[in-house]
Amino acid sequence: MATKSVTLDKPMRSVWDGGESPMKASYGKLMMWFFLLSDAFTFSALLISYGMIRYSNPANVSAATDAGYRASQSEWPIPDMVFNAVPFLHGVHLPLVFVGIMTFILIMSSVTMVLAVEAGHRMDRRAVEKYLLWTIIGGATFLGCQAWEWSHFIHGTDEGILLADGTRFFGANLYMNEYGPQLFADLFFFITGFHGTHVFSGIVLLVLIFFNAATGVYERRGHYEMVEKVGLYWHFVDLVWVFVFTFFYLI
Amino acid sequence: MAHHEHDEVVVTPQPADKAHIRKIWMTALILGVVTAIEFLIAFTVDNATFRIAVFIGLTIVKAFYIVAEFMHMKYETKSLIWSILIPTIFIIWLIIALLVEGGEVLDARF
Repeated sequence: MATKSVTLDKPMRSVWDGGESPMKASYGKLMMWFFLLSDAFTFSALLISYGMIRYSNPANVSAATDAGYRASQSEWPIPDMVFNAVPFLHGVHLPLVFVGIMTFILIMSSVTMVLAVEAGHRMDRRAVEKYLLWTIIGGATFLGCQAWEWSHFIHGTDEGILLADGTRFFGANLYMNEYGPQLFADLFFFITGFHGTHVFSGIVLLVLIFFNAATGVYERRGHYEMVEKVGLYWHFVDLVWVFVFTFFYLI
Repeated sequence: MAHHEHDEVVVTPQPADKAHIRKIWMTALILGVVTAIEFLIAFTVDNATFRIAVFIGLTIVKAFYIVAEFMHMKYETKSLIWSILIPTIFIIWLIIALLVEGGEVLDARF
């Protein structure tokens, strides 16, 4: 009888009524997830705009003709014909090779990041330091590659394009470019630049948590959750690159 | 009372979980192999529609492994998973809306 009255008196409570964490995640981690969701909207808007603008321009089909591929100001360029340079191999047509290397570097830095998170769960400070350093090196190498890629894009090919006044124009800026419609260069700068800014912010965060881990802040705190949160951000940056790689370089 | 905040805390790290670390490397291997397949298709297949369909499919495969394993979403609670995934239907809507729009602009211009 007593047991029955206790169950009846107990108010109806769900896990959402307070005092519990229904999602079994801390406030900080949850907010990182929602920030990443909003960042996913921003990147989607940029990439989908790219798709829409590309689709509203005729495709460059000159690669199939006898004369071979020629850039045109009114036709959308073929990425393979624009992004085909590799450092130290000047003038060699190597489509996708350099972005392939960049993709590999970023995926590897993502792997070392998970390994750092895993080491944090075990409270293994030395392993956290080691893997965070590898992640920082990977991220910095990726940024360096991107700087080279931008420099090549800005300075252009040996041929350039012939302008109406008889002069030649090489490379690209926000007003002119030799590769195709102006929006192609603008979107390249904006999308890869926005992603590069994210990589840069990620490296700043990684340096901060490396410093904190090395000085024992997380050991005194009793957990390495900050490494997990920055890890979420870093994987998101990798995730965005997977999409940029497909929509900007592959298709 | 003295503050002991900066005293060294003695923490003994736990041994590494071999199975977990193997899983991380397996995920990395899958991502690498999928990227390699994308390269292979980029250099060998000429059919544009087929290429685009396969590239988008493989990109979603890679995105799944990054989000599910690396970002650990697979192991979160159902409510957290759906709170993140359901809002992305707006992205799908934007894709459909803007690609239709792009086709219309192309028709209007040329």
